[in-house]
Amino acid sequence: MKTCPRPLLLALLTAGLALLVVVSLSAGKVWVPLEAWFAGANDPGAIIIFELRLPRTLLGIAVGIALGLSGAALQGYTRNPLADPGVLGVSSMAAFGAVMTLYAGAAATMPWMLPVGAMIGALIGIGVLLLLSGSASSVLTFVLAGMILNTVSSAGVALALNLSPSPWAVNEIVNWLMGSLADRSVDDVRLALPFIAAGCVLLLTIGRALDALTLGEAGARSLGIRIDHTRLALAVGVGLAAGASVAVTGVIGFVGLVTPHLLRPLVGARPGALLLPSALAGAVIVLAADIGVRLLPSAAELKLGVAMAGIGGPFFLLLLIRLRRRTA
Amino acid sequence: MTGLEVSDAHVRLGDKQVLAGVSATFRPGEITTIAGPNGAGKSTLLTALAGLRHPDRGRVLIGNEDIFGLAPRARARRIAYLPQLPEIAWAVDVRTLVGLGRIPHVGARGLGADDDAAVTRAMASAGIESFADRDVTTLSGGERARVLLARALAGEPQWLLADEPLTGLDPGYQLEVAALFRKLAADQGCGVVITLHDLHMALRISDRVVVLAEGRVLADGPPATALAPDILAEAYGVETRAWDGEAGRVIEIIGRRAAP
Repeated sequence: MKTCPRPLLLALLTAGLALLVVVSLSAGKVWVPLEAWFAGANDPGAIIIFELRLPRTLLGIAVGIALGLSGAALQGYTRNPLADPGVLGVSSMAAFGAVMTLYAGAAATMPWMLPVGAMIGALIGIGVLLLLSGSASSVLTFVLAGMILNTVSSAGVALALNLSPSPWAVNEIVNWLMGSLADRSVDDVRLALPFIAAGCVLLLTIGRALDALTLGEAGARSLGIRIDHTRLALAVGVGLAAGASVAVTGVIGFVGLVTPHLLRPLVGARPGALLLPSALAGAVIVLAADIGVRLLPSAAELKLGVAMAGIGGPFFLLLLIRLRRRTA
Repeated sequence: MTGLEVSDAHVRLGDKQVLAGVSATFRPGEITTIAGPNGAGKSTLLTALAGLRHPDRGRVLIGNEDIFGLAPRARARRIAYLPQLPEIAWAVDVRTLVGLGRIPHVGARGLGADDDAAVTRAMASAGIESFADRDVTTLSGGERARVLLARALAGEPQWLLADEPLTGLDPGYQLEVAALFRKLAADQGCGVVITLHDLHMALRISDRVVVLAEGRVLADGPPATALAPDILAEAYGVETRAWDGEAGRVIEIIGRRAAP
């Protein structure tokens, strides 16, 4: 496929994102016309926009950026097109961490405990992943390591549900696990944004190391890359970005898998060049999917995490089949 | 002129003593071949010379400086290292891959005009300009080897260390790559250190040969001396005969030497 000039690609993604932001602020069960933006603070339309849809939109962008970037960085580092915080179990470890704080009831009294729990879970997850599989592993080792993490964390979540003190807590945990941007407040934005921003900045610094890793670990080291620094930046960056995302929205899978994969041919496959476009495209995908679930004419709103899994599952299958064909 | 010098290097991997006190000096402007049987420690010695593996004991000096005291980037600007069976993970185009060799040189702004010029020169000397835009995963073995070599040259190193650079190449490509090494050494005073299994090629293209066996230096000298039949018998356990052919000296392998 032809590559797309970088400025053009970034401009297109930014324009698409801007358009989706406008739609995201207007669209939903109630359509708010653009005039409402300037109608003053007491107008119901303005309240919908600023109290409900603005936090939702901001979170959608932040989470999309975090997931797209984490996916691109993980794929670059592992040299594995199937890597993604969800597939590799980092997201579910974050969910496990968050569920533990819900279960313990700590999140109700101290809201900041939940993102902390999620990030600790995510950091443990990616730490175990890098330990189990090193950096020069085959696709198989990575997917297996991810499977172990996914199994352990879902067992942990099941245990928390099983031992849960009240049906109310079960309900809360299950609802939260499904992943959604609905009914998020400005407080949620404030809670997640600093961590997501810090994680993303860290991930954007490892572009050159990821480029060098195209030549394998020995090749990258011979080019003067400190692999130990890269690994640390990757682990902390993904831990913060993906962990904080899961903390406020629950598990939204496949964004990190799909996004870099779609863009790779357009940037000429260089992993460093993939980071920024993947971040923007991640935001585009999450926002578009969120607008989609809002507009679906169903009684209860479809959860975003469920919708993404519905799109991402078949995509993952297709990817596997294509990989098989190439290596067969 | 500054050399690359390893003194009394010991490396242990697991329970195997891979290098047991290797000392040798490599000179710029020369092609030095490290030969020796499988498992003799050739690759390990090369990674130590490249500053990528710290010996358990002993030193590696580059122009009288400890190589492990250099910042990784500074070291990478002086030494290019090509691993055995190099990996190419993504389907990038040839020019992008060669450009990776500039990583030790580029600042925060990315590749500049100097870097582009160096990449173009490297591609010209490796003779790969004609497929600069091709996807590296579609190249043949010979094309791929030359692209990776161009990647190493793009960094304009003082030292080129290559592990088995001729393996898997047909005789035509082998001679082409060997000619490129010769040009590097003669024109740019680059020190070329390679490991080889092919004794004919070692004899034919090297200025000097270092023979390793069981982690020690068995012989170190001009190719004809270092690859003399008695040394080959000891290193590889094969019986050989050397004679003068049309293009220089030839080693004929007669057979496996009977166990003593």
